[in-house]
Amino acid sequence: MDLLNGIFVAPFVQMADAPDFLVQVLWEGFVSGILYALIALGFVLIFKASGVFNFAQGIMVVFAALTLVGLYQKGVPVILALILTMAVMGILALAVERFIMRPLVNQPHVILLMATIGLTYFLVGLGEFVFGGEPKQMITTELGLPTGSTEIPFGAQGMVILQHIDIAAAIIAIVMVTALALFFNRTRIGRALRAVADDHQAALSVGISLHQIWAIVWFASGLVALATGVMWGARSDVSFALEIIALRALPVLILGGFTSVPGAIVGGLIVGIGEKIGEIYWGPLLGGGIESWLAYMIALVFLLFRPQGLFGERIIERV
Amino acid sequence: MEVKTLLRGTLMGGVLFAAILPAAAEDSVYVQLPTYRTGPYAGSGIPIANGMADYITMLNERDGGINGVKIVFDECETGYDTQKGVECYEQAKAKKSLVFNPWSTGITLAVIPKASVDKMPILSMAYGLSAAADGKTFPWVFNPPMTYWDGASGVVKYLGDQEGGLDKLKGKKIGYIYLDAGYGKEPIPLLEQFATQYGFTLLKYPVPGKEMQNQSSQWLNVRRDKPDYMVIWGWGAMNPTAVKEATKIRFPMDKFIGVWWSGGEDDARGGGQQAKGYMTLNFNAVGTDFPAVQDIKKYVVDAGKSKVEAAKFGENLYNRGVVNSLYMAEAIRIAQEKSGKKVITAEDMRVGLENLSIDEARLEKIGLKGFIAPVKVTCDNHSGHNKMYVQRWTGDKWEKASDWFDPMSDVVNPMLMAAAKSYAETNKPWPARSEPCAN
Repeated sequence: MDLLNGIFVAPFVQMADAPDFLVQVLWEGFVSGILYALIALGFVLIFKASGVFNFAQGIMVVFAALTLVGLYQKGVPVILALILTMAVMGILALAVERFIMRPLVNQPHVILLMATIGLTYFLVGLGEFVFGGEPKQMITTELGLPTGSTEIPFGAQGMVILQHIDIAAAIIAIVMVTALALFFNRTRIGRALRAVADDHQAALSVGISLHQIWAIVWFASGLVALATGVMWGARSDVSFALEIIALRALPVLILGGFTSVPGAIVGGLIVGIGEKIGEIYWGPLLGGGIESWLAYMIALVFLLFRPQGLFGERIIERV
Repeated sequence: MEVKTLLRGTLMGGVLFAAILPAAAEDSVYVQLPTYRTGPYAGSGIPIANGMADYITMLNERDGGINGVKIVFDECETGYDTQKGVECYEQAKAKKSLVFNPWSTGITLAVIPKASVDKMPILSMAYGLSAAADGKTFPWVFNPPMTYWDGASGVVKYLGDQEGGLDKLKGKKIGYIYLDAGYGKEPIPLLEQFATQYGFTLLKYPVPGKEMQNQSSQWLNVRRDKPDYMVIWGWGAMNPTAVKEATKIRFPMDKFIGVWWSGGEDDARGGGQQAKGYMTLNFNAVGTDFPAVQDIKKYVVDAGKSKVEAAKFGENLYNRGVVNSLYMAEAIRIAQEKSGKKVITAEDMRVGLENLSIDEARLEKIGLKGFIAPVKVTCDNHSGHNKMYVQRWTGDKWEKASDWFDPMSDVVNPMLMAAAKSYAETNKPWPARSEPCAN
């Protein structure tokens, strides 16, 4: 009886009793979801264009943020550091295309996956060699990002606290997604990218350069990694522990589909909000700490009904 | 012609051998320093590694080692990973290290059963298995200056003092946010015992290692539960994230206290001015105003033989690394005295650690007066249950917020003895102590 009460009654009573706290939980879930979506977006871009699951996406987040902060700490003005970091991500994209993608073209996907695992270790080593292994504080104010928070009174005695950096993260994520959507739909390169995603052979036959497209998507993914690194870094700090957070994008990808940009966003929000609500209101029933696996459970349930994810392409194979 | 060449070669070989001989004859002992300069815990691991290496280098440069015996050392990178840590242990054993410093509770727990078999002393300074303080059950394991259970008792004692007595903790809620690993779980039995004894409610908030930088759920729970105090047992990137999250939910920082491993400058710095008032336990001083630390600067840092950044020299975790090497150096010196040998073995080192005694006079003599509280380890008591103090973050540095005080040994000791007995029974056949007490 207590169990039924804990599942079906108590959580909703808590929500009704403290609506300000519920709003706070939803907001925190929304912000986490946005950040998960940003990480997932990096995966989607590369998977869409090359069918490669980029295991190195997490370390790219760390590497980009570390480069930005590292350059600034070495005395480079912040704007120049930002531009140079973008340039570094561009060089990385070109190098990945030239030394990983090109030699391994037409190899089974698992080979490319292994190559990105190798890339992960290379970037870990390079990052530690150049910038050291110590965590660094994100240069939030120097980048012009807001700090501080706003307290919004809610109800009689309630209060919702909105961190300005979280609001900025949400805005930046929305801008990035919109820009990427426009880029894919309205530009020539975007259309070429979609063509490559649909069929490599057909794209090649109409003169689309696979090398160019791959370099562009890896660069775009690098820029997304930079934005993600700045936002996560501002919430805690820039350390190699951030790399692991990228794994949180896996259930997002399962939910949203590996090839869908809107799917990454919607999947991110479902996972972000779902895990927060689950952890806060139903977590105590299971001793807490359920958020680390709850997202995977949600994703597994989705897999049963939509193996291709919410927005993924439906796989139809003729036999 | 051939004979001539042979003679010439022999002569040259002889000259070379003669040149090498003095260096080879130089007495030395070897100590492995396990470190984690890489990975998610590097933020805590790097300053400690620097402090450890620099104190030993200073002794070698300034004094030619200990009683003329140089301490040769190298680092073994564990990445705070238990498996790699055990590999480092095997290397340390093969290279005849005098002692093994696991620098991780997980690694400590993994190598404890091996220590008595391999005759390798384990120095787990204020971490690891609390019950290892029982020297009769764990003759090869040492955890001075105090155990995690001593630390947990120190936290409860301090909070009791803030309330006007331990009895005033009745009805209070104390939140415990911890790294969900051997390290963070270690003090829970003691905290639960205290909760029953003093009538407070213990609320637990585990943080998985993979979620160290993603703690918003834990802190939302804290906001909902409204504990009177928060206690943190964090490490690596978990600490600065927790401090930031606490400021985000407006948790009063003067009600937030951590163990000594949550007290790095970088742990609090990220919280900015809002982190002002955050407290942690400590058992070493912060800063450089000590003759021996100045010698480290002179002989090691200024000489370009250190990896420490100038701004981080003398910070809390750097000095913590110095303390670890201080313990090793003093134990070597004592082992030399006890054994009558200059070049000691790991077995001699065990005796040195078991007789480790650093009193005020000794601290003054070695230029570290006030750097730590006096430490004493005995045959029965491998921890010493020595003193600690509370430090408070001012917004840009740590300041001392209490005098040195003792843990609640009267409560902790019986529990430690019971835990040691239970460990031995669970791990049957646990070897009975055969090493004599050489006090």
